[in-house]
Amino acid sequence: MASKHDKHASKYTLDRNIPGAYEGETVTRRRFMTGSAHAAGAVAAMSFTLPALGFAIGPIFKSKPHVWETVGPTEMFPDNNYIPTVITLTPGIGEAGKGLVYVRQKNPAIDTDPYDKNTPYIAITSRCAHLGCPVRWVPAAERFICPCHGGVYDLLGRRVAGPPPRPLDRFYTRVVDGMVQIGSRFSVNSELRRFSPRDPGEPIDGLGQYAYPSRPSIRR
Amino acid sequence: MPKLPAPPIPAPLKAPPPRPQESNGAVRPVDHAANAGTAVVDWVDERTSLSGAARWLMFRKVPKGTNWFYTLGSATMFAFLNQAVTGVFLAMYYRPDASGGAYESIRYVTNEVFLGQFVRGMHKWGSTVMVVLVFLHMGRTFFFGAYKYPRELNWVIGVVLLILTMVMSFTGYLLPFDQRAFWATQVGVNINGTGPLIGPYLSDFLRGGSEIGATTLSRFYAIHMLLVPGLIAALIGAHLYLVAKLGTTAPPWSKAEKDPELRESEA
Repeated sequence: MASKHDKHASKYTLDRNIPGAYEGETVTRRRFMTGSAHAAGAVAAMSFTLPALGFAIGPIFKSKPHVWETVGPTEMFPDNNYIPTVITLTPGIGEAGKGLVYVRQKNPAIDTDPYDKNTPYIAITSRCAHLGCPVRWVPAAERFICPCHGGVYDLLGRRVAGPPPRPLDRFYTRVVDGMVQIGSRFSVNSELRRFSPRDPGEPIDGLGQYAYPSRPSIRR
Repeated sequence: MPKLPAPPIPAPLKAPPPRPQESNGAVRPVDHAANAGTAVVDWVDERTSLSGAARWLMFRKVPKGTNWFYTLGSATMFAFLNQAVTGVFLAMYYRPDASGGAYESIRYVTNEVFLGQFVRGMHKWGSTVMVVLVFLHMGRTFFFGAYKYPRELNWVIGVVLLILTMVMSFTGYLLPFDQRAFWATQVGVNINGTGPLIGPYLSDFLRGGSEIGATTLSRFYAIHMLLVPGLIAALIGAHLYLVAKLGTTAPPWSKAEKDPELRESEA
């Protein structure tokens, strides 16, 4: 009689003299029952594990609605200095969802970059491009300065010192009925070319734009 | 199976046998009361055979030279138990509400609840104590060479426990939802995001969206009080099982005892 572990044993149960075997059968009933029990267990476990996992990672694929928020009349914002304004980044949670945005009128003498032609106002985020701490605009020095790790940016939000990997992010702006409105955030590279919004800490010059791709949750 | 040795109870603590003139062979009610504890333990042991396991776990042989450095693992475990117990009671007052409720509930615990400041302080400072003890325990294991064969798996479990302890520290830091908590989490999540390709998606997963908000707080709370403590408790069980199974190492400076005959011949 051929052993169960014999490599050359026939794959047919009938040839292996297994009681109750029938013609053409290759899987023993014991193996079939074991496999069925395991499969039933796997199906039962997956039926709650997979939905729970999808539930947890769902927000990655959910996109934010596109909203415009009014921050003030056009005459409030000069073209050589930033005015801090507060907008709502996350609605529904009060103060914790608010964020600071620095706004000034566009100045053709300063804003000479070729990429941003249609934005009437320059709105720069207070989130440091290094790790997201709140930067402060210091008018006397004409610099944005971050308190956490020493990031320093110039009037256009370009990095001049410290660890930030890219300039400060900006927001779309428009004027409706004499009021300045702020829209979605976007990121810029060191030449101020526009990119989909990235999180702080993610470089977008060169290979960075591929290593840190734009995400469905905040794609513009 | 060989009979396990009886626990080494010092002689003065052993119950003296009853004197014949006292009992007269009759069982008095006070004898029942004196034996109640033993009777309960016997009742449970007869149905579970747990005493063997308890003896296997508690009365192990330890190598010569075992010293105070060997208590760092137990110290870490007690730091974890402190976190678990104080955490459970803090959860009775805490509300993971991003629109002010979380901060208010922490303020209430700290300023109003009887012993609230103490229990919260034990949890807050205990977390730092636990991280320090984890590293001291890890250093002891490393410098005593206790990670070597056959204890490599226990080192691996220990490293996973270290990472989970860090996850606990990170997720717990957001829960007071004050300025420090908010900005520290902002920085922490963005450090996660600096990992290429997967990093930005990991940030979205941690925040439950593109910005820190109500979902971030509730998922940090769930990770902090349900997911990771369960994993840590289970892995501490595995860690302890392997310690009991493999025994502890002798300190590196203790020499192996030579065979007396060999010592004779060398002399």
